[in-house]
Order: sequence, then structure tokens, then C-alpha cells
Amino acid sequence: MRFLQMKPGHGEVVIAEGDVELPEEERLLVEEFRRQLEAGLWAAVPVAQSGGRREARMVQSFAEVPRDAERVIFFPRAAGGS
Amino acid sequence: MLLALGASAIVAIALLFDLVGPRLTELWARHRARARRNGELGFDPGRELRAEQRARELLRSCVNDEEWAMYRELGFIRVWGTRQHPGNGAEYAYLIYPHRPIVAYLAQTGRLLSEYCVTFPDETRPYGSSRLPDSDDVLAKWMALTGDEERLIETANMHLPGRQIDPAQVSRDLWRLARWERARLRDAATGAGPAPVDVS
Repeated sequence: MRFLQMKPGHGEVVIAEGDVELPEEERLLVEEFRRQLEAGLWAAVPVAQSGGRREARMVQSFAEVPRDAERVIFFPRAAGGS
Repeated sequence: MLLALGASAIVAIALLFDLVGPRLTELWARHRARARRNGELGFDPGRELRAEQRARELLRSCVNDEEWAMYRELGFIRVWGTRQHPGNGAEYAYLIYPHRPIVAYLAQTGRLLSEYCVTFPDETRPYGSSRLPDSDDVLAKWMALTGDEERLIETANMHLPGRQIDPAQVSRDLWRLARWERARLRDAATGAGPAPVDVS
């Protein structure tokens, strides 16, 4: 599983990578996930639905991330614009 | 004699430094700050282009083929609304443009409903700007809309249509979208590959 973060002037950056089946790597992923959310980011997992439809699943804890997800995308929290 | 002159010169220099020292320090600090700011804020087209290319690849890997083709050829993505539309429960959708408000409209009539102004500012400003690349902005809106439409709409500032995007332009985009979809359906029916569609 890879954690990607969108960055201005850069595009996405890989901020963590690990195998959720390995307890030590999963622990590090959980810590990184928490750190990103505490920094105010939103997290989403892109998923494929039947019929070729795609959507994102917004997740607020690591437990909500599907175990087989290949990536979690972190992006800045939405704010009302002018 | 020389010793006295030397001592006097040292004292004079020390006094002079006391007078102009703070001013010199301040000027030096200003110069450093200006240089740092120019380095950070200087627009680097190459960097921005690379960032946008990365963002496009990420967007492409997340949306489906139709949405990707829509963005590539028309410059926006349509996302269907899933909430119960107040009033008659008619089907509605959103148009997502990069760094512009999300526009909601009724699918059947094309009547514009609202503009939702929303941004995704990265306050860490890694290169002096809080603005995501265009395709990352589109992907952020797409993820937030498909993942939690309610929350995004509640966060956004809602305005009447036409506040930032000319309604004539949106109508034209809806016309282009309809034409583009008909061409894709035609191609799919005849088994032809997706041909470029003149949607300008």
C-alpha cells in the first residue's frame, strides 16, 4: 500500500509505502495515516465499481481503508472559495 | 605617535560601527529575505509543467476511461449527483473545471442550478504557492464529490449561476458534452475506435 500526497508545484509525492500484512509496516502506515489527518489533510481511496464506474471512498481512519487498497491519496482539506 | 594614531583609528572605527552597524545588519537581512523570497516564489514553468504531467497521470489512473477522455478533450469532468434534488427529485450533475467553481445543473433540461466555490489550499506552500496543479485540483474535487458529496457541498460557498463562470460558456460546454457523447455512442455502435471529435 502506498500513501500519496498532492503537493503544489510537484504533483503527488510518495510519503509512505508498506505491506499491511506485515505488522511492523502496518504500524508505520497507521502512524503516518494519523499524522497526515492531524495535519489537516483529507484521505481518499480510489475504487472501481461494477460497470467500469470509478469513485473515491473518503476515509477518516486507517481501519476504513480496504485491506487490498493499493494507494491512499492525501490532499488538502476543502475550503470555501470566493 | 604612531601608537596614538592607531589607537585613535581603532576607536573611531568602533564608534563608526556602532553608528552604522545596525543599519548594515538590517540591510543585509532584507537582502537575504528578498533573495529567499525570489527563490521560492519565482515561477518555474518547467517545474509547473512536470507537476501538471504528474497530476494528469494520477487523475488518469483514478477516473474511468470516459471521464479521462472527457477531461482530455473537453477540459472538464461531469459527475452525477447522488443526493435527492430538492423539489422534483430530477437528475442533476456537476461540471468540474480546474481551479474554477463546480457548476451544478439539471441533466434533462441543462438548467444551471448553482456554482460551488471550493479550493484545496496547501498552506505549507512548498514552492511559495498553495495552489495544486490543475489536474490535482480536478482530482481533489472528483474524489470529494464521488466520496462524500454532502460534505463537499456543505463546505463550498454556494452562489447563483453566473457569478464566476459565464452561463453562456457552461451552456456551450453542455452542448459540446452532448455532442461528444453522441459521437462516442456512434463509435461504440459501429465498433470504430474513439475518433477525435471536433467539439470546439
